[in-house]
Amino acid sequence: MSVQTERADRAGSAPADTIRKGDAPRGGPAAARKNRAGASVPYLLLLPALLVTAVFLGWPLVKDGMLSFQNLNPRQLILHLTEWNGFDNYSEVLKSSDFWKVVERSVFFTAANVVLTMLAGILIGLLLARLGKKMRLLLMLGLVFAWAMPMIAATTVYQWLFAQRFGVVNYVLDTLGWHSMADYNWLGTQFSTFSIVTLLIVWQSVPFVAINLYAATTTIPREMYEAASLDGAGGWKSFTSVTFPFLKPFLLATTFLQVIWIFKSFAQLFAINGGGPDRLTETLPVYAFVEGVGNQHFGMGAAISFLTIIVLVALTGYYLRIALKNEEDEL
Amino acid sequence: MRRSLFGRIWPNATAIILFAGFAFPVYWMFSTAFKPNLDIVTDTPVWFPTNYTFEHFKTVFRADHFWTLVFNSVTVTVLSVLGSLVISLFAAFAMTRMRFKGRRGILLTFMIAQMAPWEVMVIAIYMLVRDADMLNSLVPLTLFYMVMVLPLTILTLRGYIAAVPKELEESAMVDGCTRTQAFIKVIFPLLGPGLMATSLFGFITAWNEFPLVLILNKDIEYQTLPLWLSQFQTAFGDDWGATMAASSLFAIPILILFVYLQRKAVSGLTSGAVKG
Repeated sequence: MSVQTERADRAGSAPADTIRKGDAPRGGPAAARKNRAGASVPYLLLLPALLVTAVFLGWPLVKDGMLSFQNLNPRQLILHLTEWNGFDNYSEVLKSSDFWKVVERSVFFTAANVVLTMLAGILIGLLLARLGKKMRLLLMLGLVFAWAMPMIAATTVYQWLFAQRFGVVNYVLDTLGWHSMADYNWLGTQFSTFSIVTLLIVWQSVPFVAINLYAATTTIPREMYEAASLDGAGGWKSFTSVTFPFLKPFLLATTFLQVIWIFKSFAQLFAINGGGPDRLTETLPVYAFVEGVGNQHFGMGAAISFLTIIVLVALTGYYLRIALKNEEDEL
Repeated sequence: MRRSLFGRIWPNATAIILFAGFAFPVYWMFSTAFKPNLDIVTDTPVWFPTNYTFEHFKTVFRADHFWTLVFNSVTVTVLSVLGSLVISLFAAFAMTRMRFKGRRGILLTFMIAQMAPWEVMVIAIYMLVRDADMLNSLVPLTLFYMVMVLPLTILTLRGYIAAVPKELEESAMVDGCTRTQAFIKVIFPLLGPGLMATSLFGFITAWNEFPLVLILNKDIEYQTLPLWLSQFQTAFGDDWGATMAASSLFAIPILILFVYLQRKAVSGLTSGAVKG
């Protein structure tokens, strides 16, 4: 999706220079007045979009910041009290060892998922480029199925695949000779729960990387490979000297996109086991939710959210810089 | 460069294995939904079912509030996507066809907004909605979903509007149309495929949304399908047939839209407007 957006942007900026011809005044004071009114037209057209974005996105962001400086527990909530408490929430959060454990866990979780997604996505994307037409279509179809599955539906399906009784995964593992896995409770430990969620996320994220990577490889000019092979480059050499440099900006942008998307994943982790067992699979977004809403420490939850938002905004800013820089390079 | 027999076989063999791996969960969802209970609750899984039943779908249809939830999901999704389309049309037109101060900044705002961490903002949204006394209502959901899909809608629509040749619009104005008329009579009809593709992306987002409805609407009368589906298995006590039937029903519209979109999203951008 992002790839398409960037292209659209380039296409969009070109005609803007010439379009003024259309509104150019034909002389006379009436036309000049009309032109002055015309200058506000783009802002009027943009007003609804900017307004709703400010109200429904900007305001909650500001509100979150404000809440994070308040002491807001059930008592204050019910009595509609506003008790400012400065940086108390932040100092409490930053001092708690639970928080740092969650941070560490979130980082590992994101890193593992992103690395696996990117590796599998790149390999499958390159495979797509190598396959014949029919096989490529078949593999694409499988990828699109996984990509299109709604997150919550996918989560329930994985719960069923990994179900303790009658789950097909346990059956297969048992049949393959790993008998202790018959009736294994996948949601019983931190590691096994994370394994399922990781498999689920990677399964759903790989298609985006693979299909876009394949699409990017099709734009590599044939002549570049011919030139490389004339220079005596073999398969691996032509990959490192042609394919990889060509795809590098794409890979960088996609990796960042995956980092952002996976870091803020909430639905899968929450729906599969509510962050359990024993709150051991809570990453930052789930932790903020459980602390804030589940345990009704709204101020604390807001502080955790705000810290998470800051991380995400920094990541997004960096991503946009890469994405926009690529675009300018191409121009 | 000739490839050895092995070199020709392994990519195809890998492709088949990968296809099986990626498609299997989807296949298992549908096949479980149609299997009789005896074939589901069994120590040796039935890989290729021979007996079919619609019993699980009937269980889902008879489930409490099912039709209310379908109605809620459809209402919220359709209204939010329509709302964002209307707002986006204006915005995207200004962004592509007009030149003004702050254009880049506004573009950047929408790009950032597209990446907004909604999942993490739920606490603040909950407080705002509660203060407005609008918990357990479809109105805030619709409005927030509308803004959720708005940035992507604007950014994609820009591409489609930019793809309509400027000359078409100009010649309509030479023929005496005002700019507004030119937009309604020339650009708008050509935007059909673009509007379709864009709204389908929005549809998918709104249809799947989970964290916000989880926190805002505790009353089942005002919930939507994703939330209900996430609690289905618990509520139905490991009735996997019914759970998979519910998942299938929820997933089918999206799967169809997505396969359709794969072609549309590309052809919509490339199909020439001039030849028509």
